[in-house]
Amino acid sequence: MTQATALASLSRRKSGKTGLRLRGGWRINLLYVPALLLFAVFTVYPLVSGIGFSFTDWDGYSPGRAFVALQNYLRLFQDATFRLVLLNTFIYGIGSTILQQVLGLALAVALDRPFRGRSAARAIIYLPVLVSPVIMGTMYYLLFQYNQGALNDLVVLFGGHRVAWLSDQATAVVIIVVVNSLQFVGISMIIYLAGLQSIPTTYYEAAMLDGAGAWQRFTGITIPLLQPAFATSIVLNLIGGLKLFDMIKVMTGGGPGYTTNSVSTLIGVTYFANQSAGYASAMGVVLFIIIAIFTLSLNALMNRRRLEQQ
Amino acid sequence: MTQALKEDLVPPRIGAPAPPATNKVPGAHATGKRVGAIAIGAGLIVVILVQLLPFYVALTTALKAKADLSSQWLFPMVGLYWGNFVTAISDGNILQAIGNSAIVTLFSTALVCALGALAAYPLARRQTTLNRAVLLLIIGLIMIPPLSILVPLYSMLNQLHAINSYWGIILVMTTAQLPLSIFLYSSFMRSLPVAVEEAAVMDGANLFQLLFWVVFPMLKPVTATVIILTGVAIWNDFALSVYVLTDPAVKTIAPAIGAFFATQSSNLGAAAAASIMGFVPVLIAYLFLQRYFIRGMVAGAEK
Repeated sequence: MTQATALASLSRRKSGKTGLRLRGGWRINLLYVPALLLFAVFTVYPLVSGIGFSFTDWDGYSPGRAFVALQNYLRLFQDATFRLVLLNTFIYGIGSTILQQVLGLALAVALDRPFRGRSAARAIIYLPVLVSPVIMGTMYYLLFQYNQGALNDLVVLFGGHRVAWLSDQATAVVIIVVVNSLQFVGISMIIYLAGLQSIPTTYYEAAMLDGAGAWQRFTGITIPLLQPAFATSIVLNLIGGLKLFDMIKVMTGGGPGYTTNSVSTLIGVTYFANQSAGYASAMGVVLFIIIAIFTLSLNALMNRRRLEQQ
Repeated sequence: MTQALKEDLVPPRIGAPAPPATNKVPGAHATGKRVGAIAIGAGLIVVILVQLLPFYVALTTALKAKADLSSQWLFPMVGLYWGNFVTAISDGNILQAIGNSAIVTLFSTALVCALGALAAYPLARRQTTLNRAVLLLIIGLIMIPPLSILVPLYSMLNQLHAINSYWGIILVMTTAQLPLSIFLYSSFMRSLPVAVEEAAVMDGANLFQLLFWVVFPMLKPVTATVIILTGVAIWNDFALSVYVLTDPAVKTIAPAIGAFFATQSSNLGAAAAASIMGFVPVLIAYLFLQRYFIRGMVAGAEK
């Protein structure tokens, strides 16, 4: 969630020089040089050289590579597999975001009033956030498994036939969205709980005196005043969903065929299994651009709404 | 378990506690309210059971022999079978993977804290145009999805002979987590009063003394947040680790379980056992440090 907050401050600018007068002046800036060196070597250089690779036909291991201009990008647009994978990526991103906001907000409202066992309930719902998605995926795989899976046992119990949950593209994509949302719904819940705490109770008291019902109080007070929490939670879930990788790898391995891959998982397959490093680089550039566009435009949107309200 | 779970998930509500609608006329309205409360309670119980289900299924699967074909819903009746854990340790190298994860997480987190706090200081206290641009650039790095730079990063690490090395993955993990750490440290530093540092400078403290005697001791709360966010992210990392660490001798827990699971698709019990062993360390840390975990996450969210 802090990532989203950090990103939100991207577009926030403050003017005027403030701060401490220190002897040594600019030399204090040397303190951030080690960090910048790491970024230069392990982030910026790969980003730039990746753009370079995307204009070549490099296979990933041989020393030679030829410049092919925009061919990789043109191929992306004609590649039916990539179009499907791009669609999957949006479904993973947008589907998880919607599900997590609805469920996360509902849970936060339900867990806002004090009752016995409330903190245990919060802790259990939050627990999967801390577990590696690889592990959550493995455990969920057991549940959806064909022969011995707990879900199919239920289906059989009620007189149905075993379902191959993860062998059908559409079902598998939906399952991955649901499972990913369940794992990380705790983040949205915590963000909304913190948001709910910051709404003064006097607002609700005044509304109740004016005869507003529970639903009216929810839509008239809670929703508008949760605006900053919405922004944080949505940006965070969207980025997480758009770059989804671990859960897909474990639940379906991208299959059947290539049909449940996201752009992230397809990059790995294209690079290592298909040995098309140039093509994989082009996918990487596209993934970066998609996430940048989503993040920056959401930030701009949220900031404008915040300004309009002031 | 419930004993450790204190009511500290979220700071107390501002103002008076929420008044229940007792001053309303009792009757039809009150029963409606009760029905609502029961529905909410039932919904909560369903969500909690759904969240616990994968853990339960993993446990029942891990504790049964392969020949035991009873349903995953049933706890093993004939006695607990530990063979799956033995298989996970001997064939899946899970204990070694936990050790590797501990090494990588420890060194990376230490580096993220040290380099993050150092870098944040000038960015917080010397807000020139250059430094504001540097901070924006660093925050922008958070946006870059790790897989989008897989090809160039992997080929560079390969040339540096950093594949399957501790130092390679430690530097990659450190770089990935550093932007968030710098952001958290610099916003925390800006919230500290400058007067303390000014007094130290007046008393003739040099930069080294100022940082280590005055500034860093004040950073304990934000350091707890950074350690938890960074530690969990690195312990659980899969997306880059799975490609950088392919040798079982250096594999961390997530790639080890992923690889073991891929080879054991017919032996679900062993896969379940490996999963349980993989999250127990995090679970223990969560139970003992829950206060810090949630406070850290909330602190980040509220900024």
